[in-house]
Amino acid sequence: MFKVEGITQIFGGLTALEDVSFSVAPRSITGIIGPNGAGKTTLFNIVTGLYTQTKGQVYLGGKNISFFEPEILARLGLVRTFQNVELFGQMSVLENVMVGLHTKSKSGIFSCAFKLPGQIKEEKIVRIKAQQWLEFTGLADSADVAACNLPFGKGRLLEISRAMAVEPQIILMDEPAAGLNSRETAGLAELIRKIQALGTTIILVEHDMELVMDVCESIVVLNLGKKLAHGTPREIQENKAVIAAYLGED
Amino acid sequence: MDNSSQLVQYVLSGLSNGAIYALIGFGFAIIHNATGILNFAQGEFVMLGGMFTIFILSFLNLPLAAAIVLAIILSTLVGILFERLAIRPLKNIKPLSLVIITIGASIFIRGAAMLIWGKDTHALPAFSSNNPLYVYGATIMPQHLWIFGITLLIIIVNKLFFSYSILGKAMRACAYNAHAASLVGIDVKIMVLLSFAVSAAIGSMAGIIIAPLTMTSYDVGIMLGIKGFCAVIIGGMSSGLGTVLGGLLLGLLESLGAGYISASYKDAIAFIILLLILFIRPEGLFKQKETQRV
Repeated sequence: MFKVEGITQIFGGLTALEDVSFSVAPRSITGIIGPNGAGKTTLFNIVTGLYTQTKGQVYLGGKNISFFEPEILARLGLVRTFQNVELFGQMSVLENVMVGLHTKSKSGIFSCAFKLPGQIKEEKIVRIKAQQWLEFTGLADSADVAACNLPFGKGRLLEISRAMAVEPQIILMDEPAAGLNSRETAGLAELIRKIQALGTTIILVEHDMELVMDVCESIVVLNLGKKLAHGTPREIQENKAVIAAYLGED
Repeated sequence: MDNSSQLVQYVLSGLSNGAIYALIGFGFAIIHNATGILNFAQGEFVMLGGMFTIFILSFLNLPLAAAIVLAIILSTLVGILFERLAIRPLKNIKPLSLVIITIGASIFIRGAAMLIWGKDTHALPAFSSNNPLYVYGATIMPQHLWIFGITLLIIIVNKLFFSYSILGKAMRACAYNAHAASLVGIDVKIMVLLSFAVSAAIGSMAGIIIAPLTMTSYDVGIMLGIKGFCAVIIGGMSSGLGTVLGGLLLGLLESLGAGYISASYKDAIAFIILLLILFIRPEGLFKQKETQRV
């Protein structure tokens, strides 16, 4: 189970997040929505270890992971994707995913640097696994393309492939549908369900309400750094405070 | 010696110096790609390689091969210590400040070397015989062949490591996007440490293989460091073919310039090339312009 408790983030004099708490059931899909500036990406950055929160705790599977470094979190099974796709540009699509498998490779740094046969075997296994992840996300055809030459939508899929190669317990996606056309978004919804079927918990920050209402089982609404509501898509759609925050009514 | 054999002589010595510059350039590129730092202490690793070998030979009486291996290990340890003591503690600092720290470290290492080993120039024995071979009327020392062979070997190993091993890929990933690399579980700090270790090892090897030809002393790192820097700038900061070509080009121009114009301009040529490249093609001679996504 994933849980945040009393997360508060103050930048200078600005309170970006104030006492935000919620928990997420294993293998569920949770959406985090809210108007711009609500603190959604800040929350992601805290959870994934990029920011250090002013106050509050983050738990994964009962373990307090509040102040862990990003690479430790990835090894514990918490990964993320970015709103502005972040790839290893000059490396091929396949290599990008292979790097995601780096933490899974068994031989340590020195054994793998010096034992050539083991190294070759390992590289082969990693290559095959990476290929399988590309098939999973539908990128197998682009395996040898340099990542920087991918169209945006495929870049996003590559980021997801790379994150999934870590075999995470939980994947956080920051606006996965941003910049995608409607066909790509439909494909994304299907992919998100496939990821869930593997037993992975998913949290997404998203502005595309259609996608959120379609795939999410529960939704957390943030507004001005505070949690406004938490419920099923239906409950959220009927929640007066949420409607007011979005439409600006009093 | 007639004109053509003179030319062959200049080309041969230019290429062998160029190979050394390329290796030193590799050291710059590997650290720069992993950290964004220009490590101006790179030349000191080169000096340490030669000086450690001489020191081990004269004090421990080990055979040459053992002394060389030990010297490379010691230089690598210095590289690791340098990263741990001078680079890592300052993690949230601008690259420019780190560059200045590397200059400080280079002065420190050079000073320490002078205190320990003195200001004398030392010669390392050649790896195999001292009998010159003759190629088209030009003389070539067996040591030149060692330089070409070892350089080629390092280039190949380097290429295989960064292209095919998972660890090499992880290091490249850090170079392209350290942020994203840490989020897929790569320990960027280890990769940075490793880049210093690898650079120190390659640098010290360069220092060792050239020492029998040019002699070595506590201050050879300054000039060799600058030449290596020049090679890597020509090569566009790549740890690949660009820098190899950059080093060879620099070595050739230097040697031809010294031969046909004046030997006193030898070092000036490196500086002129460095300035020209920085003015005209700061992205390097061989690097393609970044392709823009349409």
